[in-house]
Amino acid sequence: MHKSLRIVVMGLGLLQGACSIQPWVKPYERDRLADPIMSWDRDAISGAYLDHIYDSREGSRGATGTAGGGCGCN
Amino acid sequence: MMPSFRNLARPVATAALLIVGVAGAAVLPDDRADVFYSDYKGGGMDIKGESVLVRKKFSEQFAVEANYFIDKVSGASVDVLSQASVIKDERKQKSVSLDYIRNKTQYNLSYTNSTERDYISNTTHFSLSQDMFGDLTTVTLGFTDSRNKVGENNGTANKPDVAWLGHSESRSFLAGVSQVLTKDLIAGLTFEVITDQGLLSNPYRSIRFVAPGEPLGYGLGSQIYPNTHTSTAVEGRVKYYLPYRAAASASYRYFDDTWGVKAHTAELGYTQPIFSAWLLEGRLRYYTQSHATFYNDLFPFAGSQNFEARDQNLASTTNATIGLKATYAFLPDGWKIFKRGTVTGDVSRIRFKYSDFRDIRDYGIATGDVRPNGGYLPGTEPLYKFDATIYQIYLSMFF
Repeated sequence: MHKSLRIVVMGLGLLQGACSIQPWVKPYERDRLADPIMSWDRDAISGAYLDHIYDSREGSRGATGTAGGGCGCN
Repeated sequence: MMPSFRNLARPVATAALLIVGVAGAAVLPDDRADVFYSDYKGGGMDIKGESVLVRKKFSEQFAVEANYFIDKVSGASVDVLSQASVIKDERKQKSVSLDYIRNKTQYNLSYTNSTERDYISNTTHFSLSQDMFGDLTTVTLGFTDSRNKVGENNGTANKPDVAWLGHSESRSFLAGVSQVLTKDLIAGLTFEVITDQGLLSNPYRSIRFVAPGEPLGYGLGSQIYPNTHTSTAVEGRVKYYLPYRAAASASYRYFDDTWGVKAHTAELGYTQPIFSAWLLEGRLRYYTQSHATFYNDLFPFAGSQNFEARDQNLASTTNATIGLKATYAFLPDGWKIFKRGTVTGDVSRIRFKYSDFRDIRDYGIATGDVRPNGGYLPGTEPLYKFDATIYQIYLSMFF
């Protein structure tokens, strides 16, 4: 079988397997995960503000989940 | 009755399932209104920020969020100080964001305008998040388009004379997955590619080159950047619920771009509820980056390379942050239209250190001319470093 075709077939097999995955954490077991202390970013303004401070002073950017503008030139 | 974060957790329990998301899905969060103040002091700058945010659901499927942010800048960073007078400026940012949920998919569309006297940016963002595999997994895809107009103020703070120099465009492609691993542990992975083109240099920053005939032993000239730039960032993070009701988190981000900058960011966080109405949080962050291939603190002569930069953002640098945050919950039984409220204070301290960016404010003195800060030959001045302190205080009302 052609190599790329084999990869596609394997990928489809994995996907089909994934579809039959049963959730191992039941909805009624998620009270801890639902606690506000487990939120990644409870306060949108503060999170975006700190990201802007770092973006304006560092060479790196991205993968932090915020969008916005401004050059922070000065 | 004292308000309690544990009690607050109940009404939002289902909504908080969006914790699993890079952007979240399934249920829209509570309506809220925020008033925010911030103050950044460091590196010769004082930036005061004020912001208002209102978020309102119009049905269980549709929500609108509006945000206004104004930054008031006074002072100027070290490289601006070395060649220009102290500045004053404002940045006004307006954004509106729409969320729509259909079954297990959440769509977000937002528009942001950021306006400074010498810089205008318009950003459009679209993302969708899909819950799958029994809502243990959330996949997010996002696209952002940003159009910027870049200018330079050749006048003064009170009498501006802005020359518009050019434009730049930026596009971002984001993919993220968030996964519930156990009853106590969630993890996320985000990948983002950003590509820009146009005028990408900061017009207020200059290159420095050896010029023995000059009084300071060096001359200043315009930066020349490539007009394209593509970066890749990938971030992984985990958050764990500790047995005594506290949360610990860790994240790591790797960054790489076509200008030769490689960066690592590591962050640790800890959240501890106390006295039922208080939430205390601590944060440590460490960042390190290598310099861009066309960066140099002191070029041998003007025009020695095709591309030349001396912007401190492109220098080899590290910074370390320590942050403390306290949130107090009040009105547990609600008042008028409000269900509850919180007030938060946050103080962060950042220490910036540069490995190849020198402090030339007082030191750029040619041989034999001894000043109080010492006489340094160009290229031997002390390396630049500074501390910044950031204060934030905000009131959040949920309704």
